[in-house]
Amino acid sequence: MPRQQVVRISRTRRELLRFLQGIAYLSPVLVLFGVFIFYPLVRSIILSTFKTDLLGRPYDFVGIAQYRQIFNQGFGRSLIITLEYALITVVPEIILSLMLAVMASWSLRGIGLFRLLFSSPIGIAVASSSVMFKMLYSPNAGVFNYLLRLMGGSGINWLTNPKWALMSVAIVTLWRQLGYDTLHLLSGIQSIPAEIHESARLDGAGPWAMFWKITLPMLSPVLMFITITSTIAALQSFGPINILTEGGPAGATRVVVYSLFREAFFNYNFGLASAQAIVLFLIVLVLTLLQFRRFERSVFYQ
Amino acid sequence: MMSTWTMKRRLNTALRYVLLTVAAVVVVFPIYYAVATSLFTAPETLLYPPKFFTTRPYWESYREALRRAPVFLFIRNSFLVSVGVTFGQLATSSLAAYAFTFLRFRGRDALFFIILSTMMIPWEVTLVPNYMLINKLGWVDTFQGLIVPFLADAFGIFLLRQWFLTIPHDLKDAASIDGCSDIGFFGRVVIPLARPALGTLAVRRFLTVYNQYLWPLLITNSNARRTVQIGLAMLQWDESVAWNSTMAGVVMAFIPTTIVLMLGYRQLVQGLTAGAIKG
Repeated sequence: MPRQQVVRISRTRRELLRFLQGIAYLSPVLVLFGVFIFYPLVRSIILSTFKTDLLGRPYDFVGIAQYRQIFNQGFGRSLIITLEYALITVVPEIILSLMLAVMASWSLRGIGLFRLLFSSPIGIAVASSSVMFKMLYSPNAGVFNYLLRLMGGSGINWLTNPKWALMSVAIVTLWRQLGYDTLHLLSGIQSIPAEIHESARLDGAGPWAMFWKITLPMLSPVLMFITITSTIAALQSFGPINILTEGGPAGATRVVVYSLFREAFFNYNFGLASAQAIVLFLIVLVLTLLQFRRFERSVFYQ
Repeated sequence: MMSTWTMKRRLNTALRYVLLTVAAVVVVFPIYYAVATSLFTAPETLLYPPKFFTTRPYWESYREALRRAPVFLFIRNSFLVSVGVTFGQLATSSLAAYAFTFLRFRGRDALFFIILSTMMIPWEVTLVPNYMLINKLGWVDTFQGLIVPFLADAFGIFLLRQWFLTIPHDLKDAASIDGCSDIGFFGRVVIPLARPALGTLAVRRFLTVYNQYLWPLLITNSNARRTVQIGLAMLQWDESVAWNSTMAGVVMAFIPTTIVLMLGYRQLVQGLTAGAIKG
């Protein structure tokens, strides 16, 4: 055998060994993702285009008919409710957590305690917080109505009035997310170099001007990040709705995940549920791509 | 005599403490009120105007909660599942992150991209097929059904890779000259160096899994496997259970996570700055 060929063979062999070694390290993740993410995703797409029996076995290809059917059955309303829910959760959430983060960034004695208190909702699970808020929302002896009456208003049927139910559920999600968002923003504020604030101060900038001209622009990447992640989280909300309103009153809180949960596990329409799931997937996909575009720079070009 | 400057400064500081206190009271109020209510008697929870504190704590509500539901068993289940998923993810994620940082092979970047792309798939989208799969495997109402589907996670791989990238490659060259294999380098050098990142991931995962609601709701149907979040919701749906006992359950359920949060607060914050978040 000519010498060159021997070298080439051993090189391809080495490359193959390296490849196998790499795959060996990745194998647990690849197997798990294959079984619990990629296969079910493909399966969801298939189910969404087939009629299924009560056990979820597909038997009749119907194309996009089920997508049409879900929109005829009010899925459009679910989508609008979900987006509205995301909006009324995320906007106040960002504003409030920004205020908390700025306060938590003050260098005062004992600030560590306040930081811990501000992030305390992280320790309370969604289901637990929903149960806690259910008590606060109680129409007669509940604390929220008591406070409203103290301030001269009248009590609200927080969970049973279609006008307020969505907001009441959103408040629970908002409260729980505050902890994470505040921590994120706080670490963002702390990573702004102190010299920038110092030189602005020497130029005579007041705290208000510094917030708008320095802190806020420097925080924009973090703000962008938490806006998108919180929006995605809001689109996936389920716990508070299942515990507080069960989609009611009169469908006022029937968000997408709740709707697909009912469709699959109460009506056993796995095909229709899958069609709803795929629509949710497409919406989240667009949002994540927005996030990735920004992400890419920090991931790959550091 | 105090100058107006120091006066102003002190006033400013006092004002800041007032604002901080008001904000902290608002944020913590729901938690405080849950704890307070758990110490009321059942009739006291129905009083109007509502009580906000008690000087005579009524511990019986905890006993009543434990009589109504095996809360400790539920907490143990949640704890086992959270710990199982957390350690499993630490293992799978660190192996994968090692391959993506220290090994060179064909198709590596493509695989990294594929793995990252799973972040775009909301878990609820695969809910129905996953439920069917678990059903087919006979894993309904088992710990493996609660744990195995969550053993791999793209975020963890990403976070650890970011950390591994800060470990100098020279270390690896030096190690391989000394005859250290990849797995030896991984176990003896990379893992010890990555301890802070592993800590961050562990705290985050523990809290996330303990928080799970929809999946355990679907696949558990006996007390022996039910996690505490599902158990609490049951307690709450039972009309005959008064608020004080329900809140006693809530308080017992959040004790483990509160401890994890307090112990792991530093790790949690570190991870936010070190990880993906900086733009």
